[in-house]
Amino acid sequence: MEKIIKGKAYVLGNNIDTDQIIPAEHLVYSTSIPDELKMYGHFALSGVPIDKAGLPNGNIPFIKDDKTESEFTIIIGGTNFGCGSSREHAPLALNVAGVKAIIAESYARIFYRNSVDGGFLIPIESEEKLNDKIKTGDELEIDLIKNLVKNNSNKTEFELKPLGSVFEIVESGGLFNYARKNQMI
Amino acid sequence: MGKTITEKIFEKNSHRKNLTPGESVWLDVDVLMTHDVCGPPTISIWKNEFGDKAKIWDKDKLVIFPDHYIFTKNVHANRNVDVLRQFASEYQLPNYYDVGTERYKGVCHIALAEEGYNIPGTVLIGTDSHTCTSGAFGMFATGVGNTDAAFILGTGKIWEKVPESMKFIFNGELPNYLTAKDLILQILGDITTDGATYRAMEFDGEAIRQMNMYERMTLTNMAIEAGGMNGIISVDDVTRNYLNEIGIYSYDEFYSDNDAKYYSTYKYDVSKIEPTVAKPHSPDNRDIVRNVEGTKLTKCYIGSCTGGKITDFQFAVKILFGNKVKVPTFVVPASTQVAKQLEVETYNGITLKNIFENAGCVIAESSCAACLGGPSDTIGRSTDGDVVISTTNRNFPGRMGSKKSEVYLASPLTVAASAINGFITDPRNFL
Repeated sequence: MEKIIKGKAYVLGNNIDTDQIIPAEHLVYSTSIPDELKMYGHFALSGVPIDKAGLPNGNIPFIKDDKTESEFTIIIGGTNFGCGSSREHAPLALNVAGVKAIIAESYARIFYRNSVDGGFLIPIESEEKLNDKIKTGDELEIDLIKNLVKNNSNKTEFELKPLGSVFEIVESGGLFNYARKNQMI
Repeated sequence: MGKTITEKIFEKNSHRKNLTPGESVWLDVDVLMTHDVCGPPTISIWKNEFGDKAKIWDKDKLVIFPDHYIFTKNVHANRNVDVLRQFASEYQLPNYYDVGTERYKGVCHIALAEEGYNIPGTVLIGTDSHTCTSGAFGMFATGVGNTDAAFILGTGKIWEKVPESMKFIFNGELPNYLTAKDLILQILGDITTDGATYRAMEFDGEAIRQMNMYERMTLTNMAIEAGGMNGIISVDDVTRNYLNEIGIYSYDEFYSDNDAKYYSTYKYDVSKIEPTVAKPHSPDNRDIVRNVEGTKLTKCYIGSCTGGKITDFQFAVKILFGNKVKVPTFVVPASTQVAKQLEVETYNGITLKNIFENAGCVIAESSCAACLGGPSDTIGRSTDGDVVISTTNRNFPGRMGSKKSEVYLASPLTVAASAINGFITDPRNFL
């Protein structure tokens, strides 16, 4: 696990549900065929209404044209990020698009589990509301040891909550690696 | 100190005592359920991660219901069902319910109840967020993703945090204009879409005890809409009678102790609740029907695990009988058993199916259908500019198809009344 994560921010609102992260109609693609897997990256966050895509101004597509990866690798969310369905395709789609971490005030349970257990990305909770303090395109640097996120675009800094009981699973890179490390399987 | 039902089931299936909420434990899984959307990736993770050692922990405890994208020409969707079929055949799975055969059941959460997989006191995990539906049977049931499911497939185990519990008590006798859907929309408005995150939602009270199993399942089904880990209702004679009828007589009954600790308790007098809707674009955007009455509609939809059970159609025909719908209205029985019941059950001497046909509704085959949009040829899918009223469970942007459509969630009574007028209508106008 990288302890320092650098990347450009993509800012979203509250209650970003799994249909906005990856609309249900795209769940037909195989996750084990590489060319089809890329489609999940292409359609990542395609369900977000365009005026709310990339706050504060909106109208910033997460994925440009026919690309399958995004220039934005850190997502800033609000409350209840990833609510809705149980589809693991949601954190997977963000992972395929190149997202390394999400910072949000809170997460829906299944999305949080899927992110951690699947080893797709690191879901981090912020101590305060950040989607009104960080702008899409800001250059961020997350420090998972000090539990801080620095905004290098305007030299501000915010505290993050420690990963807590899931730290070991995150550090192992997912549930299966964790279980192998602990001789559970 | 006393314990809640959920805590007692956690103790039983973790083989531990005196658990406290927040603690992580490994639970033995009694049933793992999956379907055509999450089954194929689950199988692929299981094969990759376990490699040569990949072995299904207990074939009898694995249940597979293809139900999401069934009646579509989408080749990728059809291939997903092929993957399940091959897997079931390769491993000789006893509990696979294949499309295009007599065994096909339709929506998994309803089929789990009908086929006797909902056993009080047990732990049922499914690769679908609405797996919490099964909690109506006094059991712990929750949804997970593919990695967790693949881990269970190989080990029979899942890690889970012991949830705190919230209690929702509905006192009084349910009036004829209300259904379980109105009650859960009421709760969602009160606690919002993350009001129960990581918690158990326990339902009780006279109004709940008067409900049949299908209505109870509407409540537990939408626990996930408040972020709940599970919804749960303790066993009573209604549960026992349902189980007896399908030949299930032996199980563990757990009850919350009088001194069990709850995160919070909400008490409602059902006589004060009005027909309720969730306005676009969130299940917690609650209002009473009277306040949005007159909103013009382009589609009406009665279906899904939430609102496509036999009781939902029994409610709808009370209003649709002898009337015609003014906008396209889709009737999608959740399961093939419900579809058969529509042909047999009567109201005023006419079968439910005929009442829907006479009213001008489109009756579709059993599946999840347009509840979650689905491939572009899915029946009832919303298109740009649509304003839909639906008995389903979610109305986030694009959930039923187009991002440029609006969805109101309501009870089958409210949807039926609205279908007749072509605009949102309080069911009391027809009752």
